[in-house]
Amino acid sequence: MIPSKNEWMDALIARHGTTLHKRFSSATVAVCGLGGLGSNIAIALARAGIGKLLLIDFDRVDMTNLHRQQYKANQIGCYKTDALAENLSEIAPYTEITAVTAKITEENLADLLKEADVVCEAFDKAEAKAMLVNGVLEQLTDCYLVAASGMAGMDTPNTIKTRKVMKRFYLCGDEVSDAADTIGLVAPRVMLCAAHQAHTVLRILAGEEEG
Amino acid sequence: MVKVNDTELDLVGKTVSEYLATTNYDLKRIAVERNGDIVLKSQYDVTILKDGDRLEIVSFVGGG
Repeated sequence: MIPSKNEWMDALIARHGTTLHKRFSSATVAVCGLGGLGSNIAIALARAGIGKLLLIDFDRVDMTNLHRQQYKANQIGCYKTDALAENLSEIAPYTEITAVTAKITEENLADLLKEADVVCEAFDKAEAKAMLVNGVLEQLTDCYLVAASGMAGMDTPNTIKTRKVMKRFYLCGDEVSDAADTIGLVAPRVMLCAAHQAHTVLRILAGEEEG
Repeated sequence: MVKVNDTELDLVGKTVSEYLATTNYDLKRIAVERNGDIVLKSQYDVTILKDGDRLEIVSFVGGG
């Protein structure tokens, strides 16, 4: 039996307090790319009671994704947008989800992301990351951006960090571990970076910005 | 002098493009910030570095 919306919100208020809950529940956060980073970010934010999540990815769930991404074996072949929306609806049924199956480009990003208070860059390819970061900072002048770079391989977890690069722009990761130069991506280290990103979103919404 | 990612370099009078041409950065993988603001890609050729400028190059690596 799923609790009512009122019961759910009361439980969140009991955990986070009224002020934080209001800030989280009135926010719209975009997650660009729904792989190892994005699927974990979205789940953390939905659990924290973010009001609306905008999920964007063009790809389908592949068997090779399941070692680190928050999908299930029976979702192989589904669009990641549909699969993650389904999983989130089971985890946090009162989070509003808008799932867009599309490739984000310099041309369409302003339109796709215009509603977002905070954008999470959660792509896999370095070129796509740079495109989105430049595009958001150039075109969406009120929006915050939390990006990621460097979370591959079996190096220590302790080099994953968050820093404020400039106003409105935070970067998470170790900034050096390229998936192409390592054994690839392993679930916990990617989750760590995703957790840095999700928590940075919450800190931005809470007004706990680094100087 | 211009501070680039915490290193002081003699780049006064050079454009961002001219500086980047002396480095190994892959232009498709970077974002450039100057004195706290993003430098538009279209402005790399015409942004002339001044004494005291702070430049930060963020170079992305793959994985996500």
